[in-house]
Amino acid sequence: MEFEPVIGLEIHAQLKTESKIFCGCSTKFGGSPNTHTCPICLGMPGVLPVLNRKVVEYTIRMALATHCTIAPVCRFARKNYFYPDLPKGYQISQYELPLATGGWMEIEGTNGASRRIRIHRIHMEEDAGKLIHDDYKPFSYVDLNRTGVPLIEIVSEPDIGSPEEAASYLRAIREVLRYLDICDGNMEEGSMRCDANISLRPAGTGGLGTKVELKNMNSFKNVQKGLEFEIRRQKVMIERAEPIVQETRLWDAGRNVTVSMRGKEEANDYRYFPDPDLAPVEVDQAWIGQVRSELPELPEAKRERFVTDYELPVYDAQVLTSSKALALYFEAGLKEFARPKLLSNWIMSELMRALNKSEREIEACPVSPRDLAELLRLLDSGIISGKIAKAVFDEMFSSGKSAQSIVDEKGLVQVSDQSEIESAVDQVMSENPKEVSEFKAGKDKLIGFFVGQVMRKTKGKANPQIVNDILKKKLNG
Amino acid sequence: MDIHSLPMHRIHDLLESRQIGAVETVLAFLERISSIDPEVNAYLATFGEKATEEAKLFDSGARQFSASPIAGTPIAIKDVICMRGTSTTCGSRILQGFVSPYDATVTEKLRRAGSIFLGKTNLDEFAMGSSTENSAYLKTRNPWDIGRVPGGSSGGSAAAVAAGLCAGALGTDTGGSIRQPSSFCGVVGLKPTYGRVSRFGLVAFASSLDQIGPITRDVEDAALLLQAIAGYDPADSTSVDLPVPDYRAGLKQPIEGLRLGIPRQYFIEGTHPEVEKAVREAIATCKNLGATIVDISLPHTEYGIAAYYIIAPAEASSNLARYDGVKYGHRAQNSADLMDMYRKSRSEGFGSEVKRRIMLGTYVLSAGYYEAYYKKASQVRTLIGRDFLEAFEKCDAIVAPVSPIPAFRLGEKSEDPLQMYLSDVFTLPASLAGIPGISVPCGFTSENLPIGLQILGPHFREDLVLRIANQFEQATDFHLKNPEVKGGGKCK
Repeated sequence: MEFEPVIGLEIHAQLKTESKIFCGCSTKFGGSPNTHTCPICLGMPGVLPVLNRKVVEYTIRMALATHCTIAPVCRFARKNYFYPDLPKGYQISQYELPLATGGWMEIEGTNGASRRIRIHRIHMEEDAGKLIHDDYKPFSYVDLNRTGVPLIEIVSEPDIGSPEEAASYLRAIREVLRYLDICDGNMEEGSMRCDANISLRPAGTGGLGTKVELKNMNSFKNVQKGLEFEIRRQKVMIERAEPIVQETRLWDAGRNVTVSMRGKEEANDYRYFPDPDLAPVEVDQAWIGQVRSELPELPEAKRERFVTDYELPVYDAQVLTSSKALALYFEAGLKEFARPKLLSNWIMSELMRALNKSEREIEACPVSPRDLAELLRLLDSGIISGKIAKAVFDEMFSSGKSAQSIVDEKGLVQVSDQSEIESAVDQVMSENPKEVSEFKAGKDKLIGFFVGQVMRKTKGKANPQIVNDILKKKLNG
Repeated sequence: MDIHSLPMHRIHDLLESRQIGAVETVLAFLERISSIDPEVNAYLATFGEKATEEAKLFDSGARQFSASPIAGTPIAIKDVICMRGTSTTCGSRILQGFVSPYDATVTEKLRRAGSIFLGKTNLDEFAMGSSTENSAYLKTRNPWDIGRVPGGSSGGSAAAVAAGLCAGALGTDTGGSIRQPSSFCGVVGLKPTYGRVSRFGLVAFASSLDQIGPITRDVEDAALLLQAIAGYDPADSTSVDLPVPDYRAGLKQPIEGLRLGIPRQYFIEGTHPEVEKAVREAIATCKNLGATIVDISLPHTEYGIAAYYIIAPAEASSNLARYDGVKYGHRAQNSADLMDMYRKSRSEGFGSEVKRRIMLGTYVLSAGYYEAYYKKASQVRTLIGRDFLEAFEKCDAIVAPVSPIPAFRLGEKSEDPLQMYLSDVFTLPASLAGIPGISVPCGFTSENLPIGLQILGPHFREDLVLRIANQFEQATDFHLKNPEVKGGGKCK
């Protein structure tokens, strides 16, 4: 029997606010343990939380960007469980009344067509701290710097049909978070985390099988691999007529397997109840309107603008807006070099190739948009040839030098001097009489041979257009 | 003249007119504490040195008595309120050795108002109880009868005020913990409207019910102490941003023409006949003062105890989860693993009443029970609130007993928690509704035990409650009587 996976994702995104969600402590990552803390986030006796309004604003941004309905009144609730990284013994989260419900996200489906993944809810909560285990002694240490850093949890409906789609959805969510400038979206550093619910059902049927919750997938690759493994595992179980157990499993990236963490019976009863320390949060239309008016341009709108304003093909616009940073790079380059299609070609080919090869993100690109624009100006004005431009680009990428300085240093300026090229052409013709006569006898293809020879003589610096013109004139003359 | 038998405003007058010194005052109280408190057990900690130093600042003129109408007067703080650099035990072993790194909003405000802190007073562990017998450290005794409880949970504060071991004190009230011990000890105790006084720095028992309030020798002091601590606090999201009236200024206004509601559900079988008699006489006094007496009904009163003992433990079970032995307070030794450490630390650290309420609260919040218990109790709470709103359409304030019984003997009810819970029947509804209530002395039993009159007002009408209490107090002399405590001295 054919099976199809049914996947839903729960994404936690750390919000980039200056201070924590319920106190004034810094949210900065990487301070010495317990330095970004105060009596409030340490859960000292008698302290009370005060909501950071910025967190609500950021969450409204995400809710608007994902077409959610925003509740006029939402509430914080306590999620009660014991763990040393949770100083109060409960996490302040939202339960019955989340800020946003019922949205959707457009993603590229497996077959290339666009797919709509429904969003069940988005709610606000506080992050927990971190445990540091001593490698040698039987001790654990608690670092509460992260305690109280604001999070939003974005819960999808079980609309995702494959691990690839899951990765695509995750990417789309990350892009929106980054476009909105509310989250770094760095899975490796943990500023974005993802849990999955996955079950299988006979292909084409509507029901839902027993679901398994999958945790500990801290990269895009691991989300995909974890889900792929889990699909294989569940398939084997079903084929062997063994029951799937409702449980939480952890992805073990070292061994490439999922392992059971806890069953349904051991699942925590979180004893949620409304947090009496915090008043209900009211979000009126005026506030929503204000946030909406300040929303930055989202990927979809940007794509359309690139097509209309810059007359780029849809494909180019899609690639360039696939990340906010890339789109920013493109538009920054455009300020210096106003030929959109040529710039787009170079970004999509040379730049992306070099980035992929060096496993770097656009943010860490050693060639600035200004540098790339300079290179393209040199190319466009005929000072260097296309072939040389590519070589110069590689040099720029590896050394970080500017195009002009590389061209100057290596004397790569293109030879456009008519007489200099003419003499090179004459030399080549006299050295290759056989080929000349063959060409004259109709072997047109030999033109490439002559061009190559001339370029060799000029060390690649001759302007290929002029070389072509002179060759044709002389050979046909 | 015995300084310790004077109300704060009188002491302040004497200080300001330089008839007595601040150091002299502090030393008088400290002396009395050392001679009397071994009998009463009101204090868990005293700050003699610090208090004397503070007093010196006033005597030298470095600090002004004009800072507030209570500046320079020595007071006591219930040990569930944080004061920077001092221990806050909440009467619990689990917080033994914990020193608060910060000030509660109220202690900070009192510092600014010029209060001198004599010490921290005993209480039922985490304010859970009605007798102050649940403290892990001490059993406070009633100054009127050393064999009896002072009430609770603010028993230490009430007993300290009654025995002249401080000029005034702060207590906290979650279901009657200011009013009931004030009634048992024959002093004035005010529970403000929920949201009137900041809870920041008050160690939470039941967050939606807890309020800090004054316990004093007379109503004027209650007005002054409330004035010093009341008001919106951005650090407490449940505090309310409403202007605070001048409470003392309103005290003198007569109560003629006011309609006082007498809830029939507060005069029930089981109420001690001498309590009922004293309260009936107090009502007659109010009538003589020109008030109109109105019969009213608060139909959901009987569900108050049930609703309270679901909501308060539910919140407590969550509020007390932070005492896990990880960060501060008691941690059990030789634990096998994390779960073992939690279990042992909490088993050793909490007393039986606290454990009972944590279990109760955990149970009512559990999956499958939440709707039947917590949700239902919240609905009942709404109905109780509505009872009061409707009553306040027919009357301006409500007059009733504080407790159906006077102070009981130590150990008398401690084996029967349900009996103990039932003694809160008249104070719980106002807590659930969040309205202000005061206990003011209104008589004595034949055994010379004080009886309190409870006056309840609409939300944020502390001014009205204080005014009625003050007019009643001025027409009677119950507040002028002092208990005699054996020890080094004699109360006057």
